[in-house]
Amino acid sequence: MIHQLPGLIVIVPLLASLAAAASGWVNRKYPFIIAFLALSFTAYASISMLIYTAGGNVLTYHMSGWAPPVGISYKIDALNALVLTAIQIIALINLPVSNSYVKYGFEKKEAPFYGLYLLFITGLTGITATEDAFNLYVLLEVSSLTGYALIGMGNTRSPFAALNYLIIGTIGASLYLLGVGYIYIKTGTLNMTEMSLMLPLLKDSSTIIMAFCLCVAGILTKAALFPMHGWLPGAYSNGPNASMGIIAPLTTKVMIYVLIRLGISIFGVELFIESFSLSNFMVNFCAIAIIAATLKALYHTKLKKILSYIIIMEVGYMAGGFFLGNSDGTTGAIIHIINDAAMTFCLFIAAGAITSKFLEEDIRNIRGIFEKMPFTSLAFAGGALAVIGIPPTCGFFSKWYLIKGGFGAGQYLFAGALIFSSFINAVIFFRIFEKSFFSDKNHHKTPENLQAQNINTNKQISEAPLSVVVPLVSSLGLIIFLGLMTGKIVENYIIHLI
Amino acid sequence: MSLILSIKPLFAVLASALAVPGIISSGKSQNFRESWTFAGAIIKFLIIASMVPAIISGKELYYSIAEILPGIYFAFKVDSFGIFFALVAGFLWIITSAYSIGYMRTLKEHSQTRYFAFFALSLFATIGAAFAANLLTLYIFYEILSLSTYPLVAHHQDEKSKISSRKYLGYLLFGSVGLALPAMIWIQMKTGTLDFSTNGILTGDFSKAEIIILLLMLVFGFAKAGIMPLHSWLPAAMVAPTPVSALLHAVAVVKVGVFCVVKVITGVFGVKLLAHLDIGIIIAWIASFTIITSSLIALTQDELKRRLAFSTIGQLSYIVLGIALLSPYGIKGGVLHIAMHAFGKITLFFCAGAIFVKTGKKYISQIKGIGRQMPFTMGAFFIGSLSVIGLPPCGGFLSKWSLLLGTIQSGQTAFLIVLLVSSILNAAYFLPIVYNAFFYKEKSDFKDEIDEAPMFCVVPLVITAVISVFLFFYPGVFNTLADMFVNSIYGGS
Amino acid sequence: MEIYEIILKNYNYWIFIILMFTGLYGVIAKNNIIKKLIGMNIFQTSIILFYVSLSAKLDGTIPIITETDKHKPDTLIDAANYMNPLPHVLMLTAIVVSVATIGVALALAIKVYRTYETLEEDEIRRKIASGYTGEN
Repeated sequence: MIHQLPGLIVIVPLLASLAAAASGWVNRKYPFIIAFLALSFTAYASISMLIYTAGGNVLTYHMSGWAPPVGISYKIDALNALVLTAIQIIALINLPVSNSYVKYGFEKKEAPFYGLYLLFITGLTGITATEDAFNLYVLLEVSSLTGYALIGMGNTRSPFAALNYLIIGTIGASLYLLGVGYIYIKTGTLNMTEMSLMLPLLKDSSTIIMAFCLCVAGILTKAALFPMHGWLPGAYSNGPNASMGIIAPLTTKVMIYVLIRLGISIFGVELFIESFSLSNFMVNFCAIAIIAATLKALYHTKLKKILSYIIIMEVGYMAGGFFLGNSDGTTGAIIHIINDAAMTFCLFIAAGAITSKFLEEDIRNIRGIFEKMPFTSLAFAGGALAVIGIPPTCGFFSKWYLIKGGFGAGQYLFAGALIFSSFINAVIFFRIFEKSFFSDKNHHKTPENLQAQNINTNKQISEAPLSVVVPLVSSLGLIIFLGLMTGKIVENYIIHLI
Repeated sequence: MSLILSIKPLFAVLASALAVPGIISSGKSQNFRESWTFAGAIIKFLIIASMVPAIISGKELYYSIAEILPGIYFAFKVDSFGIFFALVAGFLWIITSAYSIGYMRTLKEHSQTRYFAFFALSLFATIGAAFAANLLTLYIFYEILSLSTYPLVAHHQDEKSKISSRKYLGYLLFGSVGLALPAMIWIQMKTGTLDFSTNGILTGDFSKAEIIILLLMLVFGFAKAGIMPLHSWLPAAMVAPTPVSALLHAVAVVKVGVFCVVKVITGVFGVKLLAHLDIGIIIAWIASFTIITSSLIALTQDELKRRLAFSTIGQLSYIVLGIALLSPYGIKGGVLHIAMHAFGKITLFFCAGAIFVKTGKKYISQIKGIGRQMPFTMGAFFIGSLSVIGLPPCGGFLSKWSLLLGTIQSGQTAFLIVLLVSSILNAAYFLPIVYNAFFYKEKSDFKDEIDEAPMFCVVPLVITAVISVFLFFYPGVFNTLADMFVNSIYGGS
Repeated sequence: MEIYEIILKNYNYWIFIILMFTGLYGVIAKNNIIKKLIGMNIFQTSIILFYVSLSAKLDGTIPIITETDKHKPDTLIDAANYMNPLPHVLMLTAIVVSVATIGVALALAIKVYRTYETLEEDEIRRKIASGYTGEN
């Protein structure tokens, strides 16, 4: 059974997405049930593969029995087992959250929504599991196209934001496709393992250097590294709550996974980092990206805008960590993929719950979250602390590795940027806590306070529904659990990759 | 020294954290909620106390929860110094809980549930820090403590407390994330370990200049120790309700800072290494500067709690100075001072709170003649000041005496003068308050008959004052533990 | 003389480069959303052209083994006589992707037009900045 899972983990949600879309004709409740069953299966599959790959085992699966280079093969090693598990767990936990929002903006469209939801997960899963560079492009577009559609269903500004995302995203993916073409010219194969055997011999070829640049540029555009981030804040802050719980935490993280896969499995770390002598430039570039994105986040006052820029900042962490080229930096980048998925998931659902209850995006106009939504605010605080990097949340441990990698490579600007961004994040989040978490109990009747009190009294606000609170609290648990498991993850998985 | 595996440290740490859900869920009934606090506090103290015999018989308790980074465990190890600190903090939490009830209910403070919940969480972090087996575990609890005290500092939610809590968190996070964390990563990168060891873990991996930089990063990084110039969060934190100032900003939080510094100097660098390279003197001078400057600033403060805060800054540096002298008596004095100062200073804060509860007065110039109305409070205040100044018959004398011996033993008589000058300054900023309280001749606002603060306020402060005196005659377990700690460093010599 | 040679020798690549930058120019410089999408599509098409031109061989024929070739032993079937089929297959998929992309994009463009009643980007941005939501 375990040897069929790499194929099934993609095929099951793919077929389920069709079934979910069709079943809506029969009963409006069926799509949710089908999605739940499919995602339970993929979660089970990913966890059993995670257990299997502990210690460096590898699973290979040839689609329809065609071996590479002719056929497409799927290969699960320690790296993508980790990322796959993160994707499936988040997709599963988020399902009830989506279900509680699906009536806003998707009324009577549950079937297509869950169809898209499953297709989006199919795309991300496929990107992570495949060993074929072109197959990766196709699945990248599958997840992107469904992503555009899911984002475009948000508020009135979302179609325009999604369109921007679509144009930039398509350019990014096309660049990657072009890069793969260049590699194909030289190696005659699309299989990553075969490429990685041939590429070190071709490291002086200008074609390969060009291919490298195109692939990295394309992937980093899709990952929204500053300054290629333009599409992200609009798309993520205007998209519907129903779909942001999977799009925001997963899309950029999977792109970083592709970057790491390019580095580890296609070009090889040696070629990737040393021969092109890009390490120094890219790490400094990422350091500047981190600082710039952090300051942008500081500047904004809309909750989801802030979180969007924080995602962009985290992309800088991970890309920079990987370009450091030492084992600590890579470890940090890989752990941060998982950790960041957990914490942005937590933050985005909490922000969605808050904004949908208060009907207000601007943190200056929100008061008393803690009083009205204690569990949501608890989870939000946990996610915030993880972003700042306070132990024992998981954010601390990935930051630990990244800073250590920065020291080890002598990249003090990068290490400094990480610490600096921690400070600014502390400012950002404690400003939110200070302004929005507590209600105004003081008796100074400044106009601002009066206005805030009006806001409070005008609305009957209560805790988010159970289907949102339970995922939130479990994501908070995940944040702490991942933190405490860092040692195990590194020893059982990441060590075998580097 | 034998290491035994025991789950007791985990329970001791968790006891107060487990009380938090109880406190939150029973927010509607005050008495029921406070019984959770008391249950947590008493059980916690009993577990801590039950570990004392094993420690005194020369054992160390160890419990590991998870391997959080390869080779670094999230683990507890109870040694003589850890149990020493845990005893002080655990015991004073019981007393402070009683005092909190008197204070918070009399003033009809809002959000009491939140207050008690975060108070319990702070104690969870404090004891966790006391029992930490390595620098990373210590750091984790240090950060939890910073964050769990933030809502307590911001309790009043007005503009002033917001600004203060911002400052509070800013200083503490700057220190921990900006200085201590990089230093810790640097050490781990070079040595591959962060476990405390009596001989230090740095041997041979670092040059002298690097060790100086690391030491400064760690000593300032644990900014809760209040060493200048990273001290001004402490006066700012005085906007918190008085029980918070009393337990957290005179005992738990600040002592965790000092505890970290002591652990870093003795467990990470190693006393012998620092003595060999003659580096302790740098810290000693910084601490001396802090002692004298903060005492002078304290003289100028009119708000009682702020004066106490600056006094605390000075007293914390006594402890740092004692350790930095790197002599057995100095270390013993520093360690003892953690307990002695805790009992003395908490009494003083309790008194300040009791005065505020009863009369609403916060300024020293307003409380002349108060001794006639509140004799118990001001009597306790007198004892507390004697202990902090370091005069017999109070516990503070013992620790200060040991510190003085330490300066002589290490041959640094300059610091002897620092200690004496500062003692005079301490007397100068405390005794006039007491004198004016009892012997103020002019007409004052206060009644001539005894009209004290509520029982829940007065009894705790009398208890801590009595214990301050008691400790002078029977330092008992504290003395033993301090001696054991010194012996563990100097190998019984 | 030499420069002509370089260009002529690899003219297929030059055409693909020209097309690609035409598309990129459209995406970046044009104000109208539909023109941007046209640019995007040209960009994608240029890459398809690039792949397809990869597989071409001098005097190569379509990679189908005919009835007459079937009886030859494998060694006599020379791959050099056939075009490389793989890039074609890949591009079939890529064309489908690009059609789907343009489909989604046009659907979104319709939604945008319904909200803002224009497809000029600067006007849309102006309307967003002034708080216009399209709901009256």
